[in-house]
Amino acid sequence: MRILPWCAPLPQRTDLPVLLPAAAHLARQAARERTAGVPMLRLHATHGAALLLLFAIGCAIAEVQAQAQPANPSILATILKWTPLLLSGFMFNLAISALAMAAGTFAGLFLGFAQISRVAPVKKGAWLTTHFFRNAPWLVLLFYCMFLLPFQITVFGVTIPLPDWIKATFGLALPVMANVSEILRGAVQSIPTTQWESAASLAFTRRQTMWMIILPQCIKRMLPPWMNLYAILTMATVLVSIVGVSDMMTLTRQALSAENRPGLLLAFYSYVLFWFFLYCYPIARWTVRLEARYAVDV
Amino acid sequence: MTEQPMDSFWEWFRWLHDATGINLTIFYDKFDRGRFASGFLMTVRLSAICIVASVLIGIVGAWLQGSRLTITRNIVHWYIQFFRNTPPLVQLYFFYFGVGSLISGSDVSGNPVPMVSNVTWAIVSLSFFAGAFNVEIFRSGIEAVPKTTLEAAESLGFSRLKTYVYIVLPLAFRISLPALNNNLVNLVKTTTLAFAIAVPEMLYVSSQIWSDELNVPVMMNVLLICYFVLVGCLVYVMHRWERAIHVPGFGA
Repeated sequence: MRILPWCAPLPQRTDLPVLLPAAAHLARQAARERTAGVPMLRLHATHGAALLLLFAIGCAIAEVQAQAQPANPSILATILKWTPLLLSGFMFNLAISALAMAAGTFAGLFLGFAQISRVAPVKKGAWLTTHFFRNAPWLVLLFYCMFLLPFQITVFGVTIPLPDWIKATFGLALPVMANVSEILRGAVQSIPTTQWESAASLAFTRRQTMWMIILPQCIKRMLPPWMNLYAILTMATVLVSIVGVSDMMTLTRQALSAENRPGLLLAFYSYVLFWFFLYCYPIARWTVRLEARYAVDV
Repeated sequence: MTEQPMDSFWEWFRWLHDATGINLTIFYDKFDRGRFASGFLMTVRLSAICIVASVLIGIVGAWLQGSRLTITRNIVHWYIQFFRNTPPLVQLYFFYFGVGSLISGSDVSGNPVPMVSNVTWAIVSLSFFAGAFNVEIFRSGIEAVPKTTLEAAESLGFSRLKTYVYIVLPLAFRISLPALNNNLVNLVKTTTLAFAIAVPEMLYVSSQIWSDELNVPVMMNVLLICYFVLVGCLVYVMHRWERAIHVPGFGA
């Protein structure tokens, strides 16, 4: 069992204290983000307030521009009129993110276990797969699935249609899978070697050590980066609008072109962002809390 | 006559197509070859310029964050908050459609003409996006340099700027490199988003090629491999560099 260099315990005291603890903190943070594959999302309540302010400014601008054409209804009424449609698009985003996360986690856990396997070809193959999908941009993987998956598959004579959004879900599940795999591997390798040794001395087999000693500790370490990945994925679901799935972003663009009033742009987009904020904010806060609670002195 | 060996190399791919059906037009078709090469170079150029610009933004931003003026610190703070917490696609749209439409000129017949090209907007947007993370990374690196070191520099007659350039930055850079690497790798992957505003980078030209030649699966695999190699090279080089200059006793 080799401990990764960036998971190795950092010296708290050195003979030559040339650098302050901030250096060790930064190194740990970089190590965490490298394993998670995505930056940590840190949302605050002030961000929501700023978005509301932006929304108010957008409304004000649109109202001023609307003075020229008094026939138009007020901005808030316009937005309320479109809200049910936009929210149906938002539900679509949430459904895609939840399905992609579930599929990605399921596949990622298998890949992660393969990465810590002791069979060399399995380990090498899983490593290559993980890094292949981690290095590929999300948008390219999305295109890949959109264009290469068939629009229907036939299993035992039953034809199952694959609509666009299912294909997009697969496309987003691939990078999630790679990141979950790396999160699992990082968590298992961050458990001190002594745990393995003491388990071995108590005559635990490798499988028993894994399931009864290592993994229960790993869940705590994996949960914060996993939730952060989910929040990032939710924000990334707007990418599906590029490949033609009618999510909230596409519907917003269509609503804007239907209204055909350029002043509405800022108000509408800040409104959309605010919905995403409402959803991601509790997740981000909870992640921070869990991280603080599960913080282990490495 | 000197082109002869190269030509037969390209022609081999035409044979490959006839023999196996793997249609790599980007090798044997001169027009597609040019298109794909320009797309590849655009991705490399976009990445290189954004990396340099975002590192510069990070250095300047981290310096401004240490400023004595509250207002400068606040501006940098809000800049970071905005770019860190919104999706890069939204930022790209914000710059291209929002800011871009505000500063458009008009031609002789009165039609709006964008004054700034989409490539420039992509560079600006992506640099600001990665720069926001870099400011924080460099800031943490700078905070790791003890006050006594600064006082020592001051006693040797270094000015505030010179202390920053000659003492703080080299030390901070060595500490920040692992975090910086994560961010730069992320940046190179994010350059694909420029597709959304029709910047002719690798993804965009590939989509043009596969709509013309109808070789979607082949181009998709080429694209995926190209990105894997590109990002893989960056990761490899940066990790080598990281290991070469790491501060003994910290991190790796």
